Amino acid sequence: MSAENLIYTLLSLPLLASALVLLFRNQPNLRDGQAVLLGIISAGAAFQLYLLPTGASLTLLELAPGLTLSFTPEPLGKLFALVAGTLWPLATLYTIGYMRGAKEKNHTRFLFFYAVAIHATMGIALSGNLLTLFVFYEMLTFSTYPLVTHKGDEAALKAGRVYLGILVASSIVFLLFGVIGVWAMAGTLDFVSGGILAGKIDPFYVPALLALFAFGIGKAALMPLHRWLPAAMVAPTPVSALLHAVAVVKAGVFTVLKVGVYIFGIDFLKETGGSEWLVWVASFSILAASIVAMTKTNLKARLAYSTVSQLGYIVMGMALATPFAASGAALHIAAHGAGKITLFFCAGAIYVAHKRTDIQDMNGLGRTMPITYTAFALAALSIIGVPPLAGAWSKFMLMGGALDNGYLLVLGVLMVSSLLNLVYLGEIVIRGFFANPTRKLKGVQEAPLTMLLPLSMTALLSLALFFAIDLFIIDFGG
Amino acid sequence: MMQHLPILQVLLPLLASPFAALLRGRDVAWGLTFVTTGLAFLISIALFFQQRAIGETMIYELGNWAAPLGIVYVIDAASALVLPVISGIGFIATLAARQLVAAEIDARDHGLFYAAWLLTIAGMMGQVTTGDAFNIFVFLEISSLSAYALVAMGAGRDRRALPAAFNYLILGTVGATFYVIGLGLLYMLTGTLNLADLAERLPHVEETRAAFTAMAFIALGLFLKMALFPLHFWLVPAYAHAPSAVTALMASTATKVSVYVLIRLIFGVFGVEFPGLADAVGLLVLTLGIAGAFVGTLAAIVETDLKKLFAQSSIAQLGYMAIGIGAMSATGLAAAFLHLFNHALMKGALFLAIGMIAAQAGRATMGTIQGAGKQIPITMTAILFGGLALIGVPLTAGFISKLYLIRALLEQNFWLLAGLTFISSALALAYVWKIIEAAWLQPRPNGAPVLRETASQYIPAWIMVVATLGFGIYATPLVEAAFAAAHVFIPSVAGAN
Repeated sequence: MSAENLIYTLLSLPLLASALVLLFRNQPNLRDGQAVLLGIISAGAAFQLYLLPTGASLTLLELAPGLTLSFTPEPLGKLFALVAGTLWPLATLYTIGYMRGAKEKNHTRFLFFYAVAIHATMGIALSGNLLTLFVFYEMLTFSTYPLVTHKGDEAALKAGRVYLGILVASSIVFLLFGVIGVWAMAGTLDFVSGGILAGKIDPFYVPALLALFAFGIGKAALMPLHRWLPAAMVAPTPVSALLHAVAVVKAGVFTVLKVGVYIFGIDFLKETGGSEWLVWVASFSILAASIVAMTKTNLKARLAYSTVSQLGYIVMGMALATPFAASGAALHIAAHGAGKITLFFCAGAIYVAHKRTDIQDMNGLGRTMPITYTAFALAALSIIGVPPLAGAWSKFMLMGGALDNGYLLVLGVLMVSSLLNLVYLGEIVIRGFFANPTRKLKGVQEAPLTMLLPLSMTALLSLALFFAIDLFIIDFGG
Repeated sequence: MMQHLPILQVLLPLLASPFAALLRGRDVAWGLTFVTTGLAFLISIALFFQQRAIGETMIYELGNWAAPLGIVYVIDAASALVLPVISGIGFIATLAARQLVAAEIDARDHGLFYAAWLLTIAGMMGQVTTGDAFNIFVFLEISSLSAYALVAMGAGRDRRALPAAFNYLILGTVGATFYVIGLGLLYMLTGTLNLADLAERLPHVEETRAAFTAMAFIALGLFLKMALFPLHFWLVPAYAHAPSAVTALMASTATKVSVYVLIRLIFGVFGVEFPGLADAVGLLVLTLGIAGAFVGTLAAIVETDLKKLFAQSSIAQLGYMAIGIGAMSATGLAAAFLHLFNHALMKGALFLAIGMIAAQAGRATMGTIQGAGKQIPITMTAILFGGLALIGVPLTAGFISKLYLIRALLEQNFWLLAGLTFISSALALAYVWKIIEAAWLQPRPNGAPVLRETASQYIPAWIMVVATLGFGIYATPLVEAAFAAAHVFIPSVAGAN
């Protein structure tokens, strides 16, 4: 298939899936089965697009003179599309197991918005200019709101208000301001290799304009705009897994990275030093979120703060303003995506099989759920950055980038953060395997196969990524 | 026939009006109004395309008397853009009026109602097309006097319509008087009332204090008519207590016409180069505009009556148009024209939908719509889309307005003002969210009246919603037309679009 057709395919498959979900709302197996099947096709399409050379472009319509909705896959966008496209069918399969196992209601509505959110994510990944990206960014916010408030009780609605409030307000105040600012100064919004702002803006304003993006992209959960992410944990676990470990948060950091690389330009940021402040804000976010994570005993809350911390790595990769660090950040989108979705899958499996959400109640669970806990341990090691798992590469490249630009202190931040990760993720694994159970557990009691299969596959993905790393390193040097 | 179109669109509603007053029977007067406004709409669309096709100003000499002695009607890029807004809203509002008026106005008064309705539309169309400053005043009075009467007709259902109409009458008359005082000074200085002629002769006397005073009077009078903060106090009660159909018509058109007349007089007659204009009008309008944006939005957030809520939001939206004017640039004016057009669509949709609820339930408050998302989903979705457009969510018309408004400010390096505009427009989320939460996330209270919706009730609002979305998804022709309109007053710079 040509690249243009692949773009159409990737954008329309999730929409088709959501339409079929509505159509087959009375035949649960057909409804759920087609979503998984279309997901597998989209994973294949994303992979094929990833292997095709860059250069294709597709303009859907022209909103206003010079402002188009268009899609131009470049390496970074293709990587993100691949991450989202691959994890979508796995997460859908998992969703089916979870929703039935945990006896959640309104499966049709849930699956519908789930697929729409993937459509929005694909739009973000493949967008050819900032306007297109912004449109799909907003769509992602609105389509995930019904998923966050799925339970419909008072707590869910309250969390939903925080979720929508922070994400929408930050994006329509700061992000849109930044977008229009870029448009007024550069006269275009296209993503161009090397950036479009060099020579168009007084270097004095670069830090301020960058701040509009860094804090306008609320989905990147840079502290202090991170509150929505722990709030979103009221959602059923499949939402936390795919959306709040992969699609939504990664859409945020992806946007930060894309703006840094293709709007500002790495060289321009380095020349002007406009991103230096962001290195320290990201450092703070990395450490502070890790420390908060240690204080949380609810498993999903701990994972959420761990995500906030890990997103800081990617923002930092952009702020370090070297091609090497930016490649590391791009890689971390994939590496952390595979790792964190596994951790959430495991959290959901533990909930479905044993109805436990608090870490202190999970003593000894590893012996009765060996597969789940092995997967959890693998993913945790990847996030900590231990070879031979994917996370090792991205941390290594970030450290290299920090050294390139002489940020020795950042090296310290990254090391301390790895130690903190080890402590708060290690605790869960150790309690699972070595602590004495608080309640009697009998034999092996795992979650259903529809959940075990996806979580083992994503755990293996973390391992596979380490060895196939050549394929996923994007060269931003050129 | 074709060459008489510029006068026909004013003349038709004007002539139909006395017949409407004489007609008896429920639907006869409405039918006449429907046909008349429909024809006026078609004519203004034809004029728009005719003007775009030939690309220059069309001048119609009334009775073949040439200007400056005779009165001329001018169809240029600006009036050609605003005319379809007025007549289009007039037409759709008439479509909705059949049910709204039947529910809210005593059957005996229908003839009179439609007579005043037609007069106010004719007056607005006249203000937009005429090329004579005094003629503007005449049409202003025609549309205003009939609008006072229309607001007062809400008294049958809501006695507070009477003080609201009285208030509106007093302040409206003050505004019109200010305008005519300024006009008198201009006539004294130049001896002409023809707009083009005035623009030609003013430079010779522009250093005089009288000319400056004239500008101040005219601007102030029009600020009042367009409800620019802090001269907006007549607007909220007038909109809230008027019959629902009247609110829908006026909210989308009345203040817009005054914005248009302000642009025509300030930029078309005095011109951006006029001494003192940039400070007196530019800076003042910018300041009042942003202040109005905040005051209106904040007032809307705490309001619980939906008509009042969206009337307050209109104050804010007029603030944005004022900011576009105050930017004193072609992009700024284009943004003002864009928002004039787009806001008419969204507010039309909102007030038509709310009107349908008010006509059924007696009034439309947060309590009325609590849990109504399931009972009247189509109507509530129209309100949702209108609200999203007000916030400026992408792919709605409001987004396009915002893009160009902010761009206009950034071109002038007004970063702080652009930031404030952003914050105020984001605050709109708060009141839209309040409605979403009430309608969809809260249960319908026990014993609340059952709301119904039929196709004829929601179609008028949905026509506007579709237009709001359509002009948000494909705005290119509209943006071009808005820039053409702006360039009537501020010539284009090479290279800019």
